[in-house]
Amino acid sequence: MEINFYSVSGIFLILLLVIWLLRLALRLQKETAEITEMDKDRQSQQVSNLDKQQISRLVKRGRKKHTRLVNPPKNSATGIKTTLLSIAFTVIAIRANAQIPAGDNGVLTSPGMLIMLALVLLPIIAAVFFICIKLNSLVKKTRYQRLWKEAKYITEMVDCNDAFYEEMLKRKKALDFTLNNAELAGNQKPADEKGMVHNITEVNTIRFFASKRRAAKKHDVDQAVVKLIIWFLGTATFWLVVGTSIGEYLGIKFVSPDVDHVSWLSFGRLRPVHTNMVFWGWSSLAMIGLGYYVVTTVSNAAIFSIKKGYQTLVLLNTAVIAGSLSLMAGINNSGGEYREYTWPVMGLFALGIVITLINFIQTIASRKTKEIYISNWYIIAAMMFLTVIVTVGYIPWWQNGLGETIIQGYYMHQAVGMWFMLFNLGLIYYFLPQQLNTPIYSYSLGILAFWSQILFYTLIGTHHFIFSSIPWWLQTVAIVGSMGMLIPVFSGTTNFLMTFRGNYNKISRSYTLPFYLTGIIFYFTGSTQGTAEAFRSTNLVWHFTDFTVAHSHITMYGIIAFMLWACIYTLVPRLTGREPRQGLVGAHFWMALIGILFYTIPLMIGGTLKGMAWVQGKPFIDGLIMMAPYWLWRAIGGSLMWGSHLIFAWNMYTMVDTKTEAEIKQEIFERIEQADTLKVNPIA
Amino acid sequence: MYNNHKLLFALALCFFVALTMFVAIIPALDIQRNNAPLPGSRPLTKLETEGKIVFIAEGCIACHTQQVRNVDMDKVWGLRPGIAADYARNERMDVWRNTATLMGSERTGPDLTNIGNRQPSTVWHLMHLYNPRSVVAASVMPSYAWLFEVKDYNFPEDVTVNVPEEFRKGITGKIVASHRALALLAYLKSLKQVPLPGGKPAPIFLYAKNEAAAATNSPGKNTPAKPAYNGEALYATNCQTCHQGNGEGLLGAFPPLKGSKVVLNDNPEVQVTIIMQGYNGRVSEGYGIMPPVGTNNNLSPGEIAAIINHERGNWGNNSKKVTEEEVAKIIASLKKSK
Repeated sequence: MEINFYSVSGIFLILLLVIWLLRLALRLQKETAEITEMDKDRQSQQVSNLDKQQISRLVKRGRKKHTRLVNPPKNSATGIKTTLLSIAFTVIAIRANAQIPAGDNGVLTSPGMLIMLALVLLPIIAAVFFICIKLNSLVKKTRYQRLWKEAKYITEMVDCNDAFYEEMLKRKKALDFTLNNAELAGNQKPADEKGMVHNITEVNTIRFFASKRRAAKKHDVDQAVVKLIIWFLGTATFWLVVGTSIGEYLGIKFVSPDVDHVSWLSFGRLRPVHTNMVFWGWSSLAMIGLGYYVVTTVSNAAIFSIKKGYQTLVLLNTAVIAGSLSLMAGINNSGGEYREYTWPVMGLFALGIVITLINFIQTIASRKTKEIYISNWYIIAAMMFLTVIVTVGYIPWWQNGLGETIIQGYYMHQAVGMWFMLFNLGLIYYFLPQQLNTPIYSYSLGILAFWSQILFYTLIGTHHFIFSSIPWWLQTVAIVGSMGMLIPVFSGTTNFLMTFRGNYNKISRSYTLPFYLTGIIFYFTGSTQGTAEAFRSTNLVWHFTDFTVAHSHITMYGIIAFMLWACIYTLVPRLTGREPRQGLVGAHFWMALIGILFYTIPLMIGGTLKGMAWVQGKPFIDGLIMMAPYWLWRAIGGSLMWGSHLIFAWNMYTMVDTKTEAEIKQEIFERIEQADTLKVNPIA
Repeated sequence: MYNNHKLLFALALCFFVALTMFVAIIPALDIQRNNAPLPGSRPLTKLETEGKIVFIAEGCIACHTQQVRNVDMDKVWGLRPGIAADYARNERMDVWRNTATLMGSERTGPDLTNIGNRQPSTVWHLMHLYNPRSVVAASVMPSYAWLFEVKDYNFPEDVTVNVPEEFRKGITGKIVASHRALALLAYLKSLKQVPLPGGKPAPIFLYAKNEAAAATNSPGKNTPAKPAYNGEALYATNCQTCHQGNGEGLLGAFPPLKGSKVVLNDNPEVQVTIIMQGYNGRVSEGYGIMPPVGTNNNLSPGEIAAIINHERGNWGNNSKKVTEEEVAKIIASLKKSK
């Protein structure tokens, strides 16, 4: 099978010509055939095709003349002839085409045969082309003739046929119809007699940014709880800004490793500071803060103890401060990922979690609803599981030799999936239906996702050590568990997207829904990517490379951070009655989204190429040199993400600590009233 | 059940704890009970243990793994895939820190399982720790300058590092390795793969591409296809960190191969001997001791011939090329004379 470029292009050219020929032949057939049938249907179709101007001209003409109907012109025999002719050409063309594959196999290799074929084909192609041109002009002419005949026929009909003329008049009347613009509104002036419309603003200039729907009005929430939640979210925001500033600096160190030579700021010490700060500082504090709202609201009960909430707040923040400083000083727990804080530090953290866990369970115990809403399943489970995970991860009895590695795999993945993911899903099960103003699509899918997540997620820890010296069966269990994770991920994603169904139009009018949707899409892609990475064949290429870094950012940032922002932008205005500037929320969203894409996509491409180079046995240093441009892109994407966090911090400030216009006006009214009462009753 | 919070949460917790037992605690207990260190291994010395603590404190694990997986691509990091017994000596060192198995999960830098064999040169390690870019230009590893002291006069027992001028940043005094740097060095040099006892077969490397390629590409031939060695890549993996990509070495640390008498000698005997047995003949000139790279990294005669030919045909060198058979013959005679 040797098909060279020329024969392929030759066949292609001929095919094009044949298609052209066929098309011309069909058109010719149509043009000649139509004149023969000018029946009743065709007549009215002709009338409906006429526009206003044409009709009035014909009607005018009809008024002048009214004579007998003349027989419509007979069809000519030329139509059949041309049809036959065209079919003949088509057959010739197909024959010519069919010859080519016959000469193609094997013979084409000899140059003599090539020349021979070219000599035969060239005139054929030229002839077909010429025929096409001739046929084309024939088609044009026929078409003009048909139109001329039709027009003439209609003119004659108007002149001679009364019924047709009536139809014409009817059509003219119909086309002359217009609306008077008062059918629906009537002629009365509008007035809002029931006080339904608020805050009317008219914008007559071009809007550069679409105006979004405003947040729900301030809810009547216990101010003490509001203050506690704001403290949690505020400190979380602080850790987000600090933690990602460190991350940004680490990204720069890949591009410029000699940027500093200070031991406290060296890569190895700062990396766990960054990861632990955004885990235990930002994400955890924000989650618990939002949890204090969700747990009480869906239980329809007051929080059991506000004081316990503050104890947790202090313990968690202390743990992050102490942990970060000790890591920078070079004191760590032997370097298992996310297990770098030493046990006294992590003990403070776990104590904080246990206190709030008790607080939440007591609140749920005093709930006024019969059933336990699914958000509380996820949130309570996440807090119980984290306590177990930290205990298992820090107890020394089973950590000698490879025991440490098995526990490490378990610890690091459970901390991610059973704490952050489970807790966040609980939050989403409350906030997404709230913000969409629609019930969750399926409660059962939520329950399926809950139990299947526990079953499969618990198993997958050791997929971080595939091909290592931990037992082979344990690696296989982890891979199977990773595949099983598709069940909770698919059911969760389906549930959220089906809740969105019918509400997609709300996205463009809301500044919070884009965060939800992005979080859900990343939930699907990030989690499925995790499954894809776990197979032995893919692990071979991706393990140990920057692909893993991209994956952990897609999940911890794309899923967790985006979902947390969605919830925060939904909740805080309801607590404080103050909204952030919509343009700044938009800037936050787009910078974060574009940033994470610039961050992860280059790292995934670079990581794959690096892994492939390793598989091919290229020198290690080659992979490092090859990664340089991808690391630069990562730093650029990271800078965008970091910038978006500064904007988020400012938005938090405006939502918490600025006075709205309404609040200031309220104060002024009160002051004026006070002054008035003083004037009327000058007691003092 | 769904309306009783005690039952629901207790059930979820029991389910999770049971799975945790199955997938984490029992396997971990099992592996630490049924495991003993290899007979050829030894516990870390006091200095090496101090070095391990430095290794942990500086977070080296963020970029360096210590695991040779049983896949073909990991062959460059060790002579055999790692087994559980290799990690059996890792136990908790004090009350504050967990056991440090240090397997790692990211390989931004090379694997260190066998670094004590792959790179035993003190001079190289100290220069590399002071500023990695002084020996490996493309490196992104941090400088560990704070593990070194600057002294006007060095004592005889001090280990001084000859840092190239552009990396001294205006330091005029002697750059001396601190105790912590020497401890870290001792730890790194202690990282050696221990051979399995009594000729027990080592686990094989999976996904070997040469065998697979030979099996599919030459179905008609009886002899397996000889792998073609890439001298440039082998040089980069085994020699370049000291002798550099341009073959010029580093002044005062590693001698140049460009224009070297040994490389230009048409008789390859001396060159093969140095690669297989190491060399300390130029220590008096300030150059470091050359480790027996060929023996340490278990290079085959074909691979050594490829490296030698790369050295003989580049950087203006143009001496007689060697064949695999010649190299094999010299190696055999070296073994006999031992």
